[in-house]
Amino acid sequence: MSQGFSLTPAAHQGPQTMERAAVKGRSLWDDARRRLLANRAATVSMGLLLALVLLAIVGPFLTPFTYDQINKNDVWAPPLTAGHLMGADSLGRDLLARLLVGLRVSLAIGVVATAVSLVIGVIWGATAGYLGGRIDELMMRFVDILYSLPFIFFVILLMVTFGRNIILIFLAIGAVEWLTMSRIVRGQTLSLKQKEFVEAARAAGLSDQAIITRHIVPNLLGPVVVYVTLTIPAVILAESFLSFLGMGVQEPLTSLGTLISQGAQDMEAAPWLLIFPSVTMVATLMCFNFIGDGLRDAIDPKDR
Amino acid sequence: MFRFLLRRLMVAVPTLFLVVTAAFFMMRAAPGNPFDSDRKLPPEVERSIMAKYGMDRPLGEQYVAYVSNVLHGDLGPSLKYKDKSVAELISEGLPTSATIGLSALTLACLVGIGLGIIAALRQNQMIDNVTMAIAVLGVCIPTFVTAPLLVLVFAAKLGWLPTAGLNGIRSLILPVTVLALPQIAIISRLTRAGMIEVLRSNYIRTARAKGLSEARIVLRHGLRAAILPLVSYLGPACAGLLTGSLVIEKIFSLPGLGKSFVIGALQRDYMVVMGVVIVYAGLILLLNLLADIAYAMLDPRVRLS
Repeated sequence: MSQGFSLTPAAHQGPQTMERAAVKGRSLWDDARRRLLANRAATVSMGLLLALVLLAIVGPFLTPFTYDQINKNDVWAPPLTAGHLMGADSLGRDLLARLLVGLRVSLAIGVVATAVSLVIGVIWGATAGYLGGRIDELMMRFVDILYSLPFIFFVILLMVTFGRNIILIFLAIGAVEWLTMSRIVRGQTLSLKQKEFVEAARAAGLSDQAIITRHIVPNLLGPVVVYVTLTIPAVILAESFLSFLGMGVQEPLTSLGTLISQGAQDMEAAPWLLIFPSVTMVATLMCFNFIGDGLRDAIDPKDR
Repeated sequence: MFRFLLRRLMVAVPTLFLVVTAAFFMMRAAPGNPFDSDRKLPPEVERSIMAKYGMDRPLGEQYVAYVSNVLHGDLGPSLKYKDKSVAELISEGLPTSATIGLSALTLACLVGIGLGIIAALRQNQMIDNVTMAIAVLGVCIPTFVTAPLLVLVFAAKLGWLPTAGLNGIRSLILPVTVLALPQIAIISRLTRAGMIEVLRSNYIRTARAKGLSEARIVLRHGLRAAILPLVSYLGPACAGLLTGSLVIEKIFSLPGLGKSFVIGALQRDYMVVMGVVIVYAGLILLLNLLADIAYAMLDPRVRLS
């Protein structure tokens, strides 16, 4: 269990210990960064993802067409014709412009909804698992109740009540995804809290809150990171599923999922409408996955 | 064990009750009603229809009436399908959805756990990278893309399998495969992550030191702990699969539960929605209980209490 303790110096690093850390020159996070940068798949993915994010942010300003511009003469234009690098759709709208906007929307939905679910889920699950007893039971009962309602039920209700709204899609997806996260975190916490280093921390007189934030949560990072890499694609997919049902992002605004679901309908007539969005989506999600795996191997202190 | 089951049941019943209550009031809080969709009915006709279904009474009274009907085993009539009760709709849809969902889950577990173990044993080697790349692809491609693609290849072009409809085992192959693919991807990733973690632990080293065969170490000692994260995942995933996937049912024109639920929710068919919510919530509670029992059986450090 000596590895478990290695977290403590990094976590306790106050102003007076900074000097010592400088002499030692290696904190847990320095090590993690070094290992992450040594992972080729992860570094390439980080580069590619950075490029995709930049494209999503600035790209839409640079395209010759806007994403909602209808060009009557360019209906079903194949790629590389009529100035459309990736072709045009059934309304003659430029696919490249729509793809960049769709990427922006999907990335935003994926990251924001996952961040929401991550924060709520980790705090909720770690608190319930660590405190145990009646509080655990109450907190997990609440999760059980929300869990037992189908996802689509929330979405349809939100939509008929407030109208279709992209913020609500964030909310609905984030509000459902945190439940799984909290269950996983609680399960891990249950076995973590019986480990010696937690007992040692308790013996040293740390408060429950400090034990949770300094000892439990850092040790949860491995499984949580893996789950986040599964959640971001899941969120982007959930959004695309809603789009397929006609409840996702509203026209003319678009998302990768909307583009793919429209492309799938015209698969045989205009394959480019399916191919380009699918490739973009797969590339984006693959990047998240490789970065997640890289982070997992880098952070996990048991790896040494 | 018996006390644990009893306690959990005593917890599950009020939970189910709270779920039903929450769903009932949330749905009624949404604007619109089942009879205002297509064309405007004359007010007196609408009033008499509302009276027929007891919807002219105060909400609290309707709620009490509904709960008491449910407790007597009556889920009520559908407000949209004439002459059909909710129980009939569910007993028509659930078997189809459950057959497809259960087959997909079985397939996904067999393939997913197998791939996950292989990948973990060959960590960072060729076979691991290839398996995980395919797993990522499996998660990334939506079912509404894989389904038409597979139909195009195996039904339209090759003619091996029927395109759609429910007609013997052969018509289930495509929907089950499409539904299993993303699950295979998720299960293999979870198994791989769990297995890599477990294989580093001390008791595995002990097993190695005792000279056990690699197969025995991995399958008997390792797998047991490695699938713990998977167990927590499978509970809710299973309930979702059993109650049907709207996308699959839509593309393959299967008479499943998913379709009636979403149509019901969009048209405010309160009775159908509540009926499906009850089935879904009941399944979730049951499967979570099973998952907890499985977790405790696999991990002796977690005690059921």
